[in-house]
Amino acid sequence: MSGANDPYDPKQVAALSPEALGAAVEQAREAFAKAADLDELAAVKPSHLGDRSPVLLARREIGALPPAAKAEAGKRVNEAQNAVKAAFEERRARLQAERDERVLREETVDVTLPWDRVPRGARHPISTLAERIGDVFVAMGYEVAEGPELETEWFNFDALNFGKDHPARTMQDTFYVAPADSGLVLRTHTSPVQARTLLDRELPVYVVCPGRTFRTDELDATHTPVFHQVEGLAVDKGLTMAHLKGTLDAFARAMFGEDSKTRLRPSFFPFTEPSAEVDVWFPEKKGGAGWVEWGGCGMVNPNVLRNCGVDPDVYSGFAFGMGLERTLQFRNGLPDMRDMVEGDVRFTQPFGTEA
Amino acid sequence: MRIPVTWLVENLEFAETPTPEQLAEAFVRIGIEVEDVHKLDSVTGPLVAGRVVEIEELTEFKKPIRYCQVEVGPDQVNGIVCGASNFQEGDTVVVALPGAVLPGDFTIAARKTYGKTSNGMICSARELGLGDDHAGIMVLPSGTAQPGDDALELLGLGDTVIEVAPTPDRGYAFSVRGLAREIACAFDVPYRDPGTAEVPEGEGEVLPVTVEDPVACPRFVARRVSGVDPTAPTPWWMRRRLMLAGIRSISLPVDVTNYVMLELGQPLHAFDAASVKGGLVVRRAVAGEKLTTLDEQVRALDPDDIVIADDTGVISLAGVMGGASTEVSATSSDILLEAANWDPASIARTVRRHKLPSEAAKRFERTVDPALAPVALERAARLLDMFGDGSIKPGRTDVGTPAQPKPVSMPINLPDKVAGVNYARGVTARRLGQIGCQVEVTTGDDGATMVTAIPPTWRSDLTQPADLVEEVLRLEGYDTIPSTLPPAPAGRGLTEQQRRRRTVSRALAENGFVEVKPFPFVAPSVFDALGLPEGDVRRNTVSVLNPLESDKHALATTLVPGLLETVQRNLARGQKDVAVYTIAQVTLPRTQQVPVPQVGVGERPSDAQVASLLAALPQQPVHVAAVLAGHREQAGWWGKGRQADWADAVQAARLVGQAYGVELTAVASDLAPWHPGRCAELRVGDWPVGHAGELHPKVVEALGLPKRTVAMELDLDALPLTDHRPAPVVSAYPPVLLDVAVVVPAEVPAEQVARVLRGGGGSLLEDIRLFDVYTGDQVGEGKRSLAYSLRFRAPDRTLTVDEATAARDAAVAAAAERFGAVLRA
Repeated sequence: MSGANDPYDPKQVAALSPEALGAAVEQAREAFAKAADLDELAAVKPSHLGDRSPVLLARREIGALPPAAKAEAGKRVNEAQNAVKAAFEERRARLQAERDERVLREETVDVTLPWDRVPRGARHPISTLAERIGDVFVAMGYEVAEGPELETEWFNFDALNFGKDHPARTMQDTFYVAPADSGLVLRTHTSPVQARTLLDRELPVYVVCPGRTFRTDELDATHTPVFHQVEGLAVDKGLTMAHLKGTLDAFARAMFGEDSKTRLRPSFFPFTEPSAEVDVWFPEKKGGAGWVEWGGCGMVNPNVLRNCGVDPDVYSGFAFGMGLERTLQFRNGLPDMRDMVEGDVRFTQPFGTEA
Repeated sequence: MRIPVTWLVENLEFAETPTPEQLAEAFVRIGIEVEDVHKLDSVTGPLVAGRVVEIEELTEFKKPIRYCQVEVGPDQVNGIVCGASNFQEGDTVVVALPGAVLPGDFTIAARKTYGKTSNGMICSARELGLGDDHAGIMVLPSGTAQPGDDALELLGLGDTVIEVAPTPDRGYAFSVRGLAREIACAFDVPYRDPGTAEVPEGEGEVLPVTVEDPVACPRFVARRVSGVDPTAPTPWWMRRRLMLAGIRSISLPVDVTNYVMLELGQPLHAFDAASVKGGLVVRRAVAGEKLTTLDEQVRALDPDDIVIADDTGVISLAGVMGGASTEVSATSSDILLEAANWDPASIARTVRRHKLPSEAAKRFERTVDPALAPVALERAARLLDMFGDGSIKPGRTDVGTPAQPKPVSMPINLPDKVAGVNYARGVTARRLGQIGCQVEVTTGDDGATMVTAIPPTWRSDLTQPADLVEEVLRLEGYDTIPSTLPPAPAGRGLTEQQRRRRTVSRALAENGFVEVKPFPFVAPSVFDALGLPEGDVRRNTVSVLNPLESDKHALATTLVPGLLETVQRNLARGQKDVAVYTIAQVTLPRTQQVPVPQVGVGERPSDAQVASLLAALPQQPVHVAAVLAGHREQAGWWGKGRQADWADAVQAARLVGQAYGVELTAVASDLAPWHPGRCAELRVGDWPVGHAGELHPKVVEALGLPKRTVAMELDLDALPLTDHRPAPVVSAYPPVLLDVAVVVPAEVPAEQVARVLRGGGGSLLEDIRLFDVYTGDQVGEGKRSLAYSLRFRAPDRTLTVDEATAARDAAVAAAAERFGAVLRA
């Protein structure tokens, strides 16, 4: 080993020569480049960056240099060591990226595989339709009223101005319950809620009532003995048939689009006078836009108001009612109403949770 | 009612007669429903009158066939094959000659059939589109036409039949008279009313008539025509009109009564006067009485039926159908004509009781103009006189004084106020006059103008101002009413209950359940299949008197049977795994069912009356129920599926609770139809609200359901609408996670252990979760190990492990004290 005060001896420090260091760096680069994966890279790392690697061995020789040469040689060694480190890091980064990419590639799946582990559920379209109608009217300031399905004749018929011998009261139309004179029927329409509402609430009232109703029809493609209606009732001062028409038009637009509208045809119901049938203009009607029979309506018969303690000289009102099965049937173009009542999940599932 | 246009417009003065389409539109516009418009002009080509010269019966075929020589023009005789046999030589018939086209694009050509050449076709009414009568070919009255006459004109095939269905309040519209008046109003044209013709005074009675029940029969009128030629044919024009109206020609007297009924709306009855013994009595039937009606049916009469009796007993079911004993026969020459008014409700009941709808009853049920009877009788008598060569007897019996219409007054601007329209001045009075009211306009002391209308006799439906308003509005046209939204009131939105019900439904649907809507009708036998014990409260049902399916007469007290039936239907259609739910009312009779009180109308019932009406109804809470059969999770490429089990049912119930904002606790229970060891009672606090679990294996077997089918049912209305207003404080400090396994007696419910651990763990215990349940040798007989993950956290500092451990030990200590729990080694 050279002493501190020894004269400069270039032979002793050949390892610190720029050539030698350059060769060491070059060898390291080649070795790293040859490493095909991270394991091989790790295997060759000690030969070029370990304690016995040429560059680190060269660094030990710096002490043998005369003071004047130390600085330059140190700088050279540092540069060489940094170059080797950089080559290593670069190679490692490259190999890591290749490995990551390969792993991801190997993890590729068929994203089209089906996933129906828990089959989807669905709400009945009549339920969603009823809620949607409720929402339309709630947005107009109405409230949603309810009533029981087994009802007294008084609410279902008497209060609504049905005479004692009205044919609708017969067992050919109405389900009665035992005993024979029970005075209880399965409500034939949602209209008893009109009377309940008027007896129950402060005036003015604006309510809609969706609900299940019953008539003794045989089940077929266009009839069902158990069906749903939505009833609307407004009683206030100064209500006119023009207000009824405006409300129905707004309802039609909400249900069937901006181009929809309604048409009234004179008709007869015991609980309204004047009375009308409602036709709706349905732009997407099967076979082309056209009028579809939708429901009944009218100005609340003063007798009904009187029966519920409302003074017909002060208040007036309008009411309307539509069948939900029928509405759904023509809106969706459903051929057979039986599908709505039989509960086949294949019918309901496509409706999902919105109708 | 079917009405030919030519008949409809007979008494109207049009400058230019509207088209049938315009007439139909007008009917719809003013409120007479149009069911159909039948054009008769779809027949083209040579259609002529023919005279049957000779009939050769061909007997070698399966059915009788005739080969006829028919004179179809001067010196022209065609051989025509015909399958009908209701005609004879000399009859005048209608012949479609080769080249004619009948409805349905049926082209007539000469053709060989049954071994003959048939040069044309002898037509039935239906083949010509003239009605439904296909009982035989059409035979025209002799002398109606000459062979070769154009039958298109003869039959009036340029005419159109409009089929209308007036609403039941408009009885008057079941006649040409009433419908023509409607058209007169719609088009504002003059109208001659044939129903108000003058009737000559009668000279004495036709026969004595006693009306015992004036409510049943407000008016009874009789007239007699004798010497009628029983063989006299009905004139062709009358037969044609009847045919187009859908009524078959029978005999002159019967045809005349039908014709006058169609024309004026007053049903008439013709008796064979010779068969009527003594005077007539109008009364209710006596129990046990019988009557053979015209249709040869023997009918046991009800004390509610109104009848006409003579000395021999009941001879007619009044207003509905005549009796056979006094029927006008082929030899009757002395005709007793009757026209009356009958109590509409009684007639309706009789029709239903005897299942005997008739054209007459249809009109009486809807009320017939009480002024019409003598006019209609006079019209019929004159027609019999004219075409039957009879002579009208001078007498007329007219019993009863029908109620006169009562005047109705209203402010003259009421129609404007109801419609929301400013009608032109004078409209209200003019329209009311047009429908036949006597109208008077007066100005009261307060300066308000009132209109008073005395309705015409045929408008018994006009009893209150609203009825008059409707007349004005409909005649002015509903299409003139504008569309205006009422000023919006301030609504309160959906109720809490309504919102929560929606959330429940959505939650179930989003968790894989499909909503279905079974009918609420169940057969009580299903309760046996479900294993409900005798006396189970769910067996106490309300029974429908007239069920559609006789066994399914009970109103559901539980939603499970309906769901199970739906599941069965789905399985039968090939579905393997079914998860369904429903939300609906059930009907639960009260233990003390009170009768419905008699409550009148006309004024608000008292609060007590309303309360007793409501109290008379069974309770009808809204339930939710769900059934799972088969797999809850499907097998697939991802691996095995998972069979639905009791826990899925309990979970569905808990889901409902969560959606409703209440916590449900499960308690072991034993209630049919559930498995006695796998049934949870769900409670809110201590209050039971329903059950969930696996169905009893016997029930599953009895109903053919997949093994381990599970179900839940909750009373939604029993769930409290708690004020759901959580205020969680979330700590950002790190948690300490510790696990603990405790060994407890096997019968201690896991939920209780968790609750005690939670209580013992104190406020630092943020969460507790059961992650393992073990029974076996390591814990010993009658014990089980429950392993919980505990998460501890402090709200205000980083919790130390020591603090957490102390809290865990406190939790275990609480369980030890309560259940004798020991830490599992």
